[in-house]
Amino acid sequence: MSAIAETAAPPMPPRMITARVVSVVKETHDTFTLTVEPESPECANFSPGQFSMLYVYGVGELPISISGDPHDTGRLVYTVRSVGKATNALVNTKPGQSIGIRGPFGTSWPVDEARGNDVLIVAGGIGLAPLRPAIYRILRNRDDYVRLIVLYGARSPKDLLYRKQLSEWGRLPDTQVLSTVDYGGVNWRGYVGVVTTLFRYVRLHPGRTTALICGPEIMMRYVIRELEKRGLPDSDIHLSMERNMKCAVGFCGHCQLGPYFVCKDGPIFSYTKMRPWLDKHEL
Amino acid sequence: MELKTLTEALRGHPFLEGMKPNHVQKMAEVAMEVQFNRDQVIFREGDESSLFYLLLTGKVALEVTAPGRIVRVQTLGEGDELGWSSLIGRHGKTFQARSIEPVRAIAFDGTRLRHACEMDPAFGYQLMQRVLRVVAERLQATRLQLIDVFAPAGSKLA
Repeated sequence: MSAIAETAAPPMPPRMITARVVSVVKETHDTFTLTVEPESPECANFSPGQFSMLYVYGVGELPISISGDPHDTGRLVYTVRSVGKATNALVNTKPGQSIGIRGPFGTSWPVDEARGNDVLIVAGGIGLAPLRPAIYRILRNRDDYVRLIVLYGARSPKDLLYRKQLSEWGRLPDTQVLSTVDYGGVNWRGYVGVVTTLFRYVRLHPGRTTALICGPEIMMRYVIRELEKRGLPDSDIHLSMERNMKCAVGFCGHCQLGPYFVCKDGPIFSYTKMRPWLDKHEL
Repeated sequence: MELKTLTEALRGHPFLEGMKPNHVQKMAEVAMEVQFNRDQVIFREGDESSLFYLLLTGKVALEVTAPGRIVRVQTLGEGDELGWSSLIGRHGKTFQARSIEPVRAIAFDGTRLRHACEMDPAFGYQLMQRVLRVVAERLQATRLQLIDVFAPAGSKLA
């Protein structure tokens, strides 16, 4: 998830620990990847799809999805789009500087349950960041899965994340990676159009495909419609919901969505659970 | 490409999926294979052309030219259709089409196809139903593009 909640409120429990910033790498004009080392290395263990609460001292705390490799030990990686005061402060931290960190929190992508299936990953914008750990895990256990398909959409070529990696993944056997942009210049040789237009170029096997989706909510709704048209059951569709998460432990209620707290019961939900709530107005 | 090979290529094309063999045959009779090199302009905005294409391989960009710049609004690839307006009798092209990869396609004379539709309404219905599906999908995709789903939360149109 991107920086959805930016607040100067003091951090909430559980215990916050200190993490040292190792590097801040510019991914696009407004998005950066931050690598940190928590003071307790065991705090760096996470499952794909989980998030942490990052606290820039004196500025604010915000929920950020972990975008690194779950097999890396002792370090956590976050990809952050700078859209406000706290995210801007976060991406302007320097190596050696300390930040506060709580978590990891939340549910994870059903990567283990997808063994034996094709895995379809559909991402929009910075939504690729929470999905990258799932891709890393699948690639490390490649024989456990059949095909890996990644469909990725962004606003323009300059907004595409992890371009080098996407290109490398696309060259792997049984792996199809297609990227598209809403607006492309004449030098852009990839696809132009919204991410749903990429479905024309992939063949899905309903019942043998697990779909993982993350991106703007409107995009996810249209992606689900495409998957339904192709016969994927609700139980094989999983999505990462973004809501205004503040406490990350289900106390404050800011992220309530129907009967769920996104921070505690999510952010990853099966569409079976989300179906009644995704199209509801004012939720 | 011979008629038999053309018919086979058409049978495998998603646009004609589920079409009766005699209707596919009708399409094949007015079809020819065409190829375009990379960066070749297939047609320009305003060109009078009655050709309709089914793409077999490669990628085509639809562009709008404006003073000092070219805006690429959509790309089409394998299994897509190009130039559907010629099937409804509009021959003035509304976009520029440029191959951004080497392209192989099957081209049809839209005038002859429309005539075939008038002669055989069942065939005409099958063909126009497919055209309508393409148009509807593109309209929906364009609407989504206009929404700009990647704009930061809370941002408003000017």
